[in-house]
Amino acid sequence: MNRRVVVTGLGVVAPNGVGLQKFEASIKAGTSGIRYFKQLEEMNFSCCIGGIPDVSEELKLKYLTPLQLRNFTSSGILYACMAGIDAWHDAGFSYAEDEAHWDSGCIFGTGISGVEKMREATYKLDSGKVKRLGSNSVAQTMSSGVSAYLGGIIGLGNQVTTNSSACATGTEAILLAYDRVISGKAEKMIAGSSSEHGPFIWGGFDAMKVMTYKHNKSPTKGSRPMSASASGFVPGSGSGALVLESLDSAMTRNAPIYAEILGGAVNSGGQRNGGTMTAANNVAVQRCIKDAMENADILADEIDLINGHLTATIKDPTEIQNWVTALGREGKNFPYIHSLKSMIGHCLSASGAIESLAAVLGLKNDFIFPNINCENLHPDISALIDERKIPRTVIYSKDIDIVAKASFGFGDVNACVIFKKYNNG
Amino acid sequence: MDKTMDKNTIIEGLKEIAKPYIQDQEAFDNLTEDTNFVDDLKINSANLVDIILDVEDKFDIVIEDKEMEDMMTVRSTIAIINKKLDNK
Repeated sequence: MNRRVVVTGLGVVAPNGVGLQKFEASIKAGTSGIRYFKQLEEMNFSCCIGGIPDVSEELKLKYLTPLQLRNFTSSGILYACMAGIDAWHDAGFSYAEDEAHWDSGCIFGTGISGVEKMREATYKLDSGKVKRLGSNSVAQTMSSGVSAYLGGIIGLGNQVTTNSSACATGTEAILLAYDRVISGKAEKMIAGSSSEHGPFIWGGFDAMKVMTYKHNKSPTKGSRPMSASASGFVPGSGSGALVLESLDSAMTRNAPIYAEILGGAVNSGGQRNGGTMTAANNVAVQRCIKDAMENADILADEIDLINGHLTATIKDPTEIQNWVTALGREGKNFPYIHSLKSMIGHCLSASGAIESLAAVLGLKNDFIFPNINCENLHPDISALIDERKIPRTVIYSKDIDIVAKASFGFGDVNACVIFKKYNNG
Repeated sequence: MDKTMDKNTIIEGLKEIAKPYIQDQEAFDNLTEDTNFVDDLKINSANLVDIILDVEDKFDIVIEDKEMEDMMTVRSTIAIINKKLDNK
């Protein structure tokens, strides 16, 4: 019998909710996690708003030891550990004792680790004080810091690695972990991604003028995916983690199942045909969606809901056009579509994981979270799809069976994963 | 003028510095001049460089690579700290 892969654990650290319960309540209510940051204004940012998870010093100590937290400034690694550990416990697992969990690993992505640490180190190096870097500079700045910390805390003994594909990172991590489980190389994989916060991560995007500067006095209104008045994305941060497990393993231990992963696809547009470092090759995006459906063995008509990439830039209508073309569905026949970024901003390398987690939660608990800040739908979008396909308030429905989640990243890279409600069979 | 410090004062300072890194509480509670940082206190050897940095800060001295290699026990560490203080 063919192997199947299900999701049995979730953990989330998001700007509008740390922990599964708070996060679920927030996304049902349409609660924004976007705030104004004085520091950004003082540093001359055009966009002075963003999303940062609310994590107290006390909460950190539930995940990392005082020694680990000594001189620790890598928020991305912290978020990854919190989300990953929560997901692992949520799935009903515990830390390994002496022997590592040989059948369990993690693929936990990030765009970059330890920017604050790197900055400290640069000042020390430039003044000839290399010795002052101490012992934890490497662990906090290596790209694989996120998976290395998490793997060590839990005691993972299978593959422990970090992937990186810009804003497609989280969705790609899920598909890489899915491959690992479906091929039988692992029974359980923690899949997720993380993104740090702050000026040293967000500055480059501010310089590119892709973030909105129009909502510094109205932060919660700033992230406006699909809206006619969308004016650029709002930066976010945090982490999402999903425990992927073979259905056999989950059934053997009677584990509650959130959803099934039917498959998906990753590709690149090769920065050809209109694709560049920063813009997508539309043919590649459409191929990725079609390949995902083929891999998942579903028809376009079976998709009930799209959890879009939809960042609130001028590219949103283009994304909708790509979905319309790839699915061969438009107007009233188009599935529901929404963007979590309306509430938490664009969490960059963490976005794919947090947004996938939201998709899985919705499937499990029969709701479609609202797409806020879209009172005035962009005319190029309303020309393509029925306005009612974009939920502005939460919809409770048991009829959502299949969700397609896609993420697109710098470097012209794409990832699309297909989730299905699990109905005990 | 003798700039060296009383042995017990240095030991108290070292204990304060080592505390976050130790993984054997009993050995720490019974710390003597013979105590070895790695063998007895089970400090991760990677953290020894952090301890050296803290020692430099606390006693306002600079420790060379060669001296660092010798600072494996409380006794040798006291000796090096006092040598450094005396030469200031």
